[in-house]
Amino acid sequence: MGKKENEFFVDSRRLSQAALEKKHKLETDPSCRTSHMEYMEGMEILESDICEKVISQMESYDYSKYTARDVRAALEHETCSVEDFKALLSPAAEPFLEQMAERAKLETSKHFGNTVYLFTPLYIANYCENYCVYCGFNCYNDISRVKLSMEQIEHEMKVIADSGMEEILILTGESRAKSDVKYIGEACRLARKYFRMVGLEIYPVNTDEYRYLHECGADYITVFQETYDSDKYENLHLMGHKRVWPYRFDAQERALKGGMRGVAFSALLGLSDFRKDALATALHAYYLQRKYPYAEMSLSCPRLRPIVNNDKINPLDVGETQLCQVLCAYRIFLPFVGITVSSRESARFRDGIVKIAATKVSAGVSTGVGDHEDKYTGKEAGEEAGDEQFEINDDRSFGKMYEDIEKGGLQPVLNDYLYV
Amino acid sequence: MERDDKLIIGGHEFNSRFILGSGKYSLNLIEAAVKDAGAELITLAVRRANTKDNESILDYIPEGVTLLPNTSGARTADEAVRIARLARELGCGDFVKVEIMRDAKYLLPDNTETIKATEILAKEGFVVMPYMYPDLNVARDLVDAGAAAVMPLASPIGSNKGLATKEFIQILIDEIDLPIIVDAGIGRPSQACEAMEMGAAAIMANTALATAGDLPMMASAFKKAIEAGRQAYLSGLGRVLTRGAAASSPLTGFLRD
Repeated sequence: MGKKENEFFVDSRRLSQAALEKKHKLETDPSCRTSHMEYMEGMEILESDICEKVISQMESYDYSKYTARDVRAALEHETCSVEDFKALLSPAAEPFLEQMAERAKLETSKHFGNTVYLFTPLYIANYCENYCVYCGFNCYNDISRVKLSMEQIEHEMKVIADSGMEEILILTGESRAKSDVKYIGEACRLARKYFRMVGLEIYPVNTDEYRYLHECGADYITVFQETYDSDKYENLHLMGHKRVWPYRFDAQERALKGGMRGVAFSALLGLSDFRKDALATALHAYYLQRKYPYAEMSLSCPRLRPIVNNDKINPLDVGETQLCQVLCAYRIFLPFVGITVSSRESARFRDGIVKIAATKVSAGVSTGVGDHEDKYTGKEAGEEAGDEQFEINDDRSFGKMYEDIEKGGLQPVLNDYLYV
Repeated sequence: MERDDKLIIGGHEFNSRFILGSGKYSLNLIEAAVKDAGAELITLAVRRANTKDNESILDYIPEGVTLLPNTSGARTADEAVRIARLARELGCGDFVKVEIMRDAKYLLPDNTETIKATEILAKEGFVVMPYMYPDLNVARDLVDAGAAAVMPLASPIGSNKGLATKEFIQILIDEIDLPIIVDAGIGRPSQACEAMEMGAAAIMANTALATAGDLPMMASAFKKAIEAGRQAYLSGLGRVLTRGAAASSPLTGFLRD
């Protein structure tokens, strides 16, 4: 595998000359970008020691120094220490993948039995104010933008609920102006009517806003840090509030302070050094769990995917083998956390990984906006749908996924949650 | 068993001393627990029953089996009380296993909140079976709060590590007049048997069965082990030399009447 870099920059012919100039300047001249470590107005600052703990571990992590002996020792230990985890994430652990998978499977079955949870994402708007170079929703990408009305959201929810799904993850592009907290809160209230469990994957907000969203019915918050390497982050998130790295880092902690039951973490593998990002992701959950022991933690492990107008984006050196290694290491280090594997991965990979480490998979997925009726029933909804955030890989319907999980000897579970 | 030896919880009688725990539910597991382990009490996580799924677990509970809804997911007494009330509304009966965890990693019970919830629910007429960390003072408080049984953990839930808290469970068995049901951590039939020999009233297990190679066979093994342990307890275990010599009486051998 070559150490090639992704070509992220794409110029739309529909951008004005002035817009193009600004875009190119952002891409080529770091001095014209705002500081990614400085909070913007209105962003709450938390006094927290979590970030320092995670980043100091990540920075000192030299995965080349671990040997087969360290990996063997890690697999022999009953409790996986941070050092053991580092060994399991290192290149030295790759030859031990089958043993790691065996151990991961055992841990998964001890904590989750043979259950696999199903959910589906629902994108309600794809407007975005950020220029994140790898994302299909980025503000310079020429895509069809849509924000669903409450009536349209309810219609989408009905279609999804009719398929049998009981857990929903509501997503938006990151635009406070187009999709404000109140709009998202109203969507949560609607979702509570149709689903047993409501999660959110939206732009990071302040503690009081998380509290409001919790009161509206959401109980789980997913925020992807994308990469924990803040310098790399600066290079990929060139404009918008998402550019502020530390505000994003503390999102999960604010969500827990706001009363959310659970939070999810992830780095987008392929953006930076995946071993360091995987270490930081798990440690982020690990240290927060020590501080908020009642919180339910979960991890995702997405890899870069092609987007509209750029079908060349790929996860570089993170192959399926590396992804599997990371997931097994996560499971062995944090046996109690949920692990979600999204439709970015193939059906074959997901069928395999639910038998080892994953506890939750999406099904009936659309990463576009307002196209569930079309996708689920084949009936043209007649209205303009918004383009997707990324190309999905596993397009199995809810029914097919349910069936395939059962066929694999596992028990699909639609809900194991109560809003209290 | 030959003689009448029923397990009585809150005035309800059971012939079986095996209770199926919740957590890793599969429909095969329920079937094996009832058919092969003889379970008459089956735990049901209310949150798991909170589904419109056509495969709702409620539909798979055979007739004649008593449901023991649990409050898993509750982090406080207040949440446990709300979940218990919901269970009653769902038609799960009056039994409730109070389970309150403020720890998502080890799932260790919060004894203080458990006492509070037990008191409230007992007053509302529930048959309350609190899951607890074995502490004699807490067990006494639970008795005072109106518990129908006390359910100490043997070791961390799902760990299959057996009677890590053996000495403390023994104290509860010796000092508490309610049935002591050993819950969580029992990984093998031999451990279940040992707890029963100690005088435990019943065993709750789930993972040990759920993760067994042959589920029905393991269920049957548990049934036999629990019965054997119970029989041994009832028959009065033979003298065990635990505190030094007992073969003769070296200190009082001089006495002549």
